This record gives sequence, C-alpha cells and structure tokens, in this order.
Amino acid sequence: MSHIILAGLSKKYSERRKKIRDAGEQLQAQSFQVLKDIDLEFENGEMVCILGPSGCGKSTLLRIIAGFDQATSGSVLIDGKQIQGPSEDHIFVYQHSALLPWMTVSENVGLGLRSIREEKQREEKIQEYIDMVELNGFESRYPYELSGGMQRRAELARALAVDPKTLFMDEPFTGLDFLTHMRMREEVVMMHLYTEKSVLFVTHDIDDALVMGDRIVILGGRPATVLLSRKLTYPHPRKITSEPELVELRREIFFMLGVPDAV
Amino acid sequence: MKILSRSFILPLLTFCGAIVIWELTICFSGWKTQVFPDPLTVVTSIGQLIANGTLVKHTIASLFRVTAGFYLAIFLGIPLGMVLGRNTFLLCALNPLIQFMRPISPLAWIPIAMLWFGIGEPPAVFLIFLSSFFPLVVSTTLAVSSINPTYFQVAANFNLTRWEVISKIIVPAMLPEVITALRITLGIAWLVVVAAEMIAVDSGLGYLILDSRNALRMDYVMAGMVVIGLIGLALDMAMKKLGKAEAVAWGTFSQ
Ligand SMILES: Nc1ncnc2c1ncn2[C@@H]1O[C@H](COP(=O)(O)OP(=O)(O)OP(=O)(O)O)[C@@H](O)[C@H]1O
Ligand SMILES: [Mg+2]
Repeated sequence: MSHIILAGLSKKYSERRKKIRDAGEQLQAQSFQVLKDIDLEFENGEMVCILGPSGCGKSTLLRIIAGFDQATSGSVLIDGKQIQGPSEDHIFVYQHSALLPWMTVSENVGLGLRSIREEKQREEKIQEYIDMVELNGFESRYPYELSGGMQRRAELARALAVDPKTLFMDEPFTGLDFLTHMRMREEVVMMHLYTEKSVLFVTHDIDDALVMGDRIVILGGRPATVLLSRKLTYPHPRKITSEPELVELRREIFFMLGVPDAV
Repeated sequence: MKILSRSFILPLLTFCGAIVIWELTICFSGWKTQVFPDPLTVVTSIGQLIANGTLVKHTIASLFRVTAGFYLAIFLGIPLGMVLGRNTFLLCALNPLIQFMRPISPLAWIPIAMLWFGIGEPPAVFLIFLSSFFPLVVSTTLAVSSINPTYFQVAANFNLTRWEVISKIIVPAMLPEVITALRITLGIAWLVVVAAEMIAVDSGLGYLILDSRNALRMDYVMAGMVVIGLIGLALDMAMKKLGKAEAVAWGTFSQ
C-alpha cells in the first residue's frame, strides 16, 4: 500500500544518434523528451492501469517510479518520501523475462523469501506461490526449460512472493495464451482485492485496464502527457458489457488511442 | 548409445590412421630407428620408462607444476577479472597494461624468471602462472562485463547484499564463459610447462625429453611426446566434462 504523487515529472534522454553532417545543421547534443509534466496522484492500494501507444514512455515512467531510473525534473513521492532507488517494497515485473537463468523455478521464486530462516517454512511458502501460478511439477526446472508463458508465470510468482507494498508490472501478460491470460488477470485482481497492495500495471490491452483498474491512466503524445486519469469504482468481478458507462469509456479510450473504428 | 559409440569409435579410427601413416613414413623415408623411431619401439620405450619408474616421477612433477601455477592464476586472475568487469574506472586504468603484457610469450620471461627465482620449482611455476593469468583475467573481465544489466536490477530490487550479488549473480552468470576460458588456458599451461622444464629444473616431462635428446635416445623423446599428448587430451576431456555440469548448462540453452 502506498500513496504515490508525481509532480511535474519530465524525462529527457540524451540522443546518441549519428550526427548529421549536412551543412548548416547544428551539431549540438540533442535531447529527446519522452515524458513532459506528468502530474498524477495514486491513492493507497489502488490498482492503476497505464495505457498508451507503443514507445510513448510507459516503461520509462514505471522505471522512474520504481527507482531504477531518474527523472530529469519533477518529483516522485511515495508515502510522502522521495524515492531512494530500488527496494524490496517496490517489486518490478519486467516486460522482458528477468528470471535468473541459472536458478530453478523454486530458487527464483525463493529470491524474495531469503529472510525466512526456517527452511521448511520457506519451502512451503515457495510452493504456495508456485501452486498459485500452476507451475507445480516444474519447481526444479530451469527457465530455458519452460515455455514463454510459463516463464511469465514464474516471474509473477516471484514478484508476488515478496509481498511488496507496491507491485510494478510492465506488460506482464504478453506472451500468455488467451486462457492463461484470463486466469492470471483474475489472479491479479483477486490478489489485489485480498492484499490491497498498490499495483501499477502497464498494458496494451484496453479490456485488461477496464476489468482490473481502480484507475485508468492514458499517456500519449510526443512528448507524452497525461491524456486521462479516471477512477473506476465498479465492483469486481467486472463485466464490461453490463456497465453502460464502461462501454462508453471503452469507446472513448479507443477514440483517444486513435482507433475509433475498432470498437 | 549410438552417439556414444560414434564419439568413441571415430576418434579411435583417426588415431589408428595416424599410426599407419607414421609406420608408412618410416618404411618409405628410410630413416633409421635411432633417428625416427617406429610406433612399436616407442610403445616398448614407454613400457620401459613405466617399469623403471621415471615416467611416473616426471609426469607427477609436471602435473604438480601445472597445478600450482594454474591455481595461482585462478585465485589471482579470476577475482581481478571480476573486479575489472564491474569497475569501469579500474578497467580503464589497467586494461592497456594487461593488453600490453598479454602478448609477451611466457618463454620470453625465462631469463628474468631464472634471475629472480633461481633454479628449481619457483621459476617454472611462475612461467605457468604467467601463461594462464592474462588470458584468465581478460576472459573473466569480458564475461562479467557482458552480464545482462537486468539481472543487477533484479538483484537491487530483491535487496541482495553485495556478497549475494557476487555469489548469486556474478559467479553463476560468468561461469559458462569462464569454464571455457579455463579449458583453453589449461591447454596453454600444459604447453608452457614442457618448455619451462627444459631450462630450469631436473624433473618433469620437458626435462625427460631434453635429457633423452642429450643421450640421443629418440625413442624416449617420442615416448615423452606421446605421454604429453595423452595427458593433454585427458585434461581437455576433464575440462569439457566440467563444461557440461548442471550449473553451467543454462548457458548452452538460454538466449
Ligand atoms: N535508454 C534509453 N535511451 C534513449 N532513449 C530511450 C531509452 N529508453 C527508452 N527510450 C525512448 O523512450 C521512449 C519510450 O520508451 P518506453 O520503453 O518507455 O516505451 P513504452 O511506452 O514502454 O513502449 P512499449 O509499449 O512498446 O513497451 C521510446 O521512444 C524510446 O526510444
Ligand atoms: Mg514498455
């Protein structure tokens, strides 16, 4: 659970593109602005779903809030404190697999449970999370022996096992088949209802955002600004089609992301 | 089973072929046995050397030197490589020096080694150490600096201590490449020990060869060469096994 405030957050990357040697072209170090004046506030325990076109800066924003990257200007306050780099309170699930390839599934899941001294207790805990993502039977496999979807699930189990205050998920469902996607979505919603952790969830899937989110944030433009930040107060489990307002919002989001005919 | 028999029978056939060519060369060249001994003579000489105990003594002496020099290189070179792989400041400072020292053949060090350490065990061990140290430092540095940065972010995320970062991230991540480097380096060390033994000591396979040449016993010279080859082969096979261990298997399959 954490209360997150972003104030006037901007991010510039210095561009290392090959210099253009055309006459008259200025050869100064160019910078490339990704995020511009992001002001957002997330309440305690909110599940925030961040949408936006590819390359608009969603991962960048998430990395900055989690302390992996620094903003060029502006501030990030978590529970009133400036962030101090990565910590076990903010576990990050990467867009690309970040399981440690030299560790088995259970060793990976156990990474965040090292503080449990009691061997047996730790193993039970590891098993609990492995069972949760239905990887039982694969505990002693290495990541390269798993399918892409299974790797994602193992990583999810590893993140959930730490029981962090805030969970950052960068498109955690990419590469999952439809059924597993639905199941994991339900699992994350249940986990969130049960633990009331704050979750920052980046996705490309508008329906994911509508079904899961307590708040939907849409980034867009170049540099990216906040196009929409709306609280959703519909109870879980949600069915988009049975809430006329959600249907309307869905149409609005499709329009905002530039694909109005896809609804 | 089929694969196993193939990986055994094919090399065996190659060896047989090489021996046949050796025999034929002698038949057609007309060299005398004293100048170019035939396979059978060499085998009997090996038998003689084993029987009177000299071969075992010299082999153990050589293996001891290689082990000492090689371990010294491992214990100094790999940690240094790990530090250089993580610390760009030190790498920038030390890398040119290492690249400068590396191409100087250990054999070029012989005069200085003898001057510093005198005659006997120390200069030989020092030369073997030199031959393995620089390649190990360079390969370890490369292996560590090419570890995917995401893994260090994961480590930071899960609050791994400095020691845990070394034992759970850096060491396992570099292991596949370092083991390959060890395999190559051990080959180099074995190559150098024979040369080192020709100058500074009075035991070892290199000494056996030199001593036999002085006595004009070409059959013993070749016996020594055959044993060097066989041990080199055995060392390489042992290192190859090490490369198939479970701890490094991921390196072969990942990415
Ligand atoms: N290290 C970097 N150096 C320079 N530019 C970068 C760097 N990382 C990201 N960018 C740029 O920042 C922009 C946003 O990248 P980011 O990864 O945040 O996008 P994203 O919204 O997560 O996209 P996707 O949905 O495809 O994952 C991109 O245009 C990218 O080129
Ligand atoms: Mg991204």
